[in-house]
Amino acid sequence: MGIQGLILSHFRGFLLMTFPSRFRGGVTRRRFVTGIGAGSLLAALPRTSHALSSTAVPLRASSGIIPPHPSDRWDMKVGHTRISLDGKTMHAPTVGSTVPGPILRFRQGDTVSINVTNTLDEPTSIHWHGIRTPANMDGVPGLSFGGIAPGETFTYRFKLHQSGTYWYHSHSGMQEAMGLYGAMVIDPRHPDPNACDRDYVIFLAEWTDVMPHDIISNLKMQDDYYVFRQRTAASFPKEAREAGSAGAALADRLAWSKMRMAATDIADVSGAIYTYTLNGHAPDMNWSGLFRPGEKVRLRFINGSTMTFFDVQIPGLEMLVVQADGNDIEPVPVDEFRIGVAETYDVIVQPKDDRAYAIFAQSEDRTGYASGTLAPHESMIAPIPPMDPRPARTMVDMGMGNMKPGESMKDMDMSADMSGMKMNGDMAGMDMHGMDMSHMAMPKMEVNDPGPPPINVENQMRAMMPIDRTGSPGDGLENNGRRVLNYRQLRATRPGADLRPPTREIILHLTGNMERYIWGMNGRKFSESGPIRLKLGERVRFTLINDTMMEHPIHLHGLWSELENGQGDYRPYKHTVISQPGSKLSYLVTADTPGMWAYHCHLLYHMDLGMFRTVIVT
Amino acid sequence: MKHALSPAVLALATLSFLALASGTARADQTVYHAADAPEATPVVYIGNIKPAMDQGTWLHGIFNQFEGRYAPGGTDFRWDGEAWFGGDYNKIWLKSEGTLEKGRMSDGDHELLYTRSISSYWNLQGGVRMDLDDGPTRTWGAFGIQGLALYEFEFEATAYVSDRGRFATRVEGSYDFLLTNRLILQPQAEFNFYTKSDVGRQAGAGLSDVDAGLRLRYELWRKFAPYIAVTYSGYLTQARRIARDQHDDTGSVRFSLGVRSWF
Repeated sequence: MGIQGLILSHFRGFLLMTFPSRFRGGVTRRRFVTGIGAGSLLAALPRTSHALSSTAVPLRASSGIIPPHPSDRWDMKVGHTRISLDGKTMHAPTVGSTVPGPILRFRQGDTVSINVTNTLDEPTSIHWHGIRTPANMDGVPGLSFGGIAPGETFTYRFKLHQSGTYWYHSHSGMQEAMGLYGAMVIDPRHPDPNACDRDYVIFLAEWTDVMPHDIISNLKMQDDYYVFRQRTAASFPKEAREAGSAGAALADRLAWSKMRMAATDIADVSGAIYTYTLNGHAPDMNWSGLFRPGEKVRLRFINGSTMTFFDVQIPGLEMLVVQADGNDIEPVPVDEFRIGVAETYDVIVQPKDDRAYAIFAQSEDRTGYASGTLAPHESMIAPIPPMDPRPARTMVDMGMGNMKPGESMKDMDMSADMSGMKMNGDMAGMDMHGMDMSHMAMPKMEVNDPGPPPINVENQMRAMMPIDRTGSPGDGLENNGRRVLNYRQLRATRPGADLRPPTREIILHLTGNMERYIWGMNGRKFSESGPIRLKLGERVRFTLINDTMMEHPIHLHGLWSELENGQGDYRPYKHTVISQPGSKLSYLVTADTPGMWAYHCHLLYHMDLGMFRTVIVT
Repeated sequence: MKHALSPAVLALATLSFLALASGTARADQTVYHAADAPEATPVVYIGNIKPAMDQGTWLHGIFNQFEGRYAPGGTDFRWDGEAWFGGDYNKIWLKSEGTLEKGRMSDGDHELLYTRSISSYWNLQGGVRMDLDDGPTRTWGAFGIQGLALYEFEFEATAYVSDRGRFATRVEGSYDFLLTNRLILQPQAEFNFYTKSDVGRQAGAGLSDVDAGLRLRYELWRKFAPYIAVTYSGYLTQARRIARDQHDDTGSVRFSLGVRSWF
């Protein structure tokens, strides 16, 4: 504890740390991010002098505080940093020696240049998540460029057409899973309709000392390696109570095991190894954001985690959701929202009382939470609410539509050849998605329908009756007594830039085999698939059918995904769209930027194990 | 597949008509073609860097049994393990089992198999088996199936043909009952069949021997689980007579202690 103790005491007041013992081992288990401090101040600085001269708000990495001024030039140094958090030490690849890396602030309309210097002994890259750049600036090795070799500096230069909250991360190997990520804030050129008295980035992520390669290897050997919340003999009485009878609970269990699946399969990697972090702080480190009662506080939530969906609440405060994936939406008042991996949501809160409020972000599987405090004074701690019951998967997640549990499972044959499915494929084209009158004079539309995915080595199931779940906040959040955000509530503040109807529909099935831990689309992993080719200027509808029993946050690089959620021309522009299990949803894409683009599930281990496609716009 | 099928054409025509009649002029030209279908010429990536690494190879090994079987007359030591190396479709698989009793090794069965994934849960295996212990050595060709049956029942069945033209079969299964998330009860059984007796190896024609156990393990962590067990090992039918003629133990239930571990 010698040096660590010194570091601790030195930064204690500075970072408002407190030492509650509620979090597992308490004091002895907690450590601190050693990389924090002076190094980080130098590591990523805007190169304009006014940014340096402004010392009113000190630039603190992981503070969530946005630099006081935007800059069009930034220097970033990627290197290794030994970081300990919650007793878990990792020699992590970092930007500016901290996790998350520094917050970059830009201004819409500027042509920015960012010098990224690689001091690692392996290639690296930085991808600007959700930013529309020319293809060669997108930062994906193999698709955009050759990566940044050790010792090299690469200068990203592109014009920022957009504004809002975004983030950056490495797209090389598994560097992102180990800590190479950070937030980006782009000021709108025109006065910000959502300007607030206080403005914080809330960066949610996980921390572990288990190497990504080992995690994948363990999942390959045993897919439920990190799940310690399975149905057991011990949990049977509780299930019987919930199901109404022991017979019903047993029938449900047998049905699941007959399918060789688990209703408890919520997250592949859990709190068994993850410490969930908020701005790089473990819960017991109590990240704090200050406010004066009555002030409006903007919180820019970013889910920069590897594998975790978070359900976010601030007990006692209504959150006004004003932005999704960097784009302004009509404000939606909520008590809670789910944020998928790689999504961003900006919310505004207005705490009136002179008290502390907890920012509480439970992992979807309820094996842990990230938390922080909004407080009028430093060193205050808000009470942390108990975690909600963990969700269990149901028939809806299995793609059986809205059948009641038990009603249908006996008839379900995973390997049945559905001769009727082709018909469904035709019907899919008839779907009245986003049916506004502008679609009346629709030209002939080509539909690329692969048909139902094969049941094979790489795919273990088919969603027989996928349903529209955009109106659902997600598994475990329905009817929980709170107002929880759902996708249908997202309405852009201005109509879309391209109101042409699509001339082509691309239907993709999200598939996988949990048992073998293989992921893909249409029953194939990346290495067995060709690229998705789009014509420059083409307007395409992407329809995703989720044949797995997990959520997949699907991210299309370089082009917007305009979610068809019933808001007509005011459909929200997103860069990452959650496809819920057993669901079917669609979004429109204008292929207006040529090049090779990555298109993938943002659960990084799903991406790396095959749920990835190359989109080529020519 | 093709629209030449008249019901499909009819259906399409009907749908088109309905679409027109309902005012949404949307004549579908559904193409049963995946937008991401493999292409003859693979995409050339900059610097040949693949953006996803889904063709990795992995190495794992497990001792399902690594145990002492207690008896007043002397304690036997038993192991049953396997290891594999490879990717999603092709693996090299090594299996080994054997029993040490009073310094003498018996039931030594070692297999080197090529394993091919053929469906969501099943693998085909083919290769060689060597009966290698203190008895006479036998060599077999092996071909079998291995995987996860309905209700998450682990199952493998292998057929063998020996260099002397004999046939044999081995069937093995196990099931994990989760008492809690870490306390797991596993019934397991292995049966061996032979077409002809082999007195030197105490094998009899028909169902020859059984090795079974009921193991209660506690997963201290996933890869390390000590267990207590009740095990049975014995000969049946003709093999039982052979063992008796050789004044050997024909079968016994034993209390056992062991560790299940893997990497």
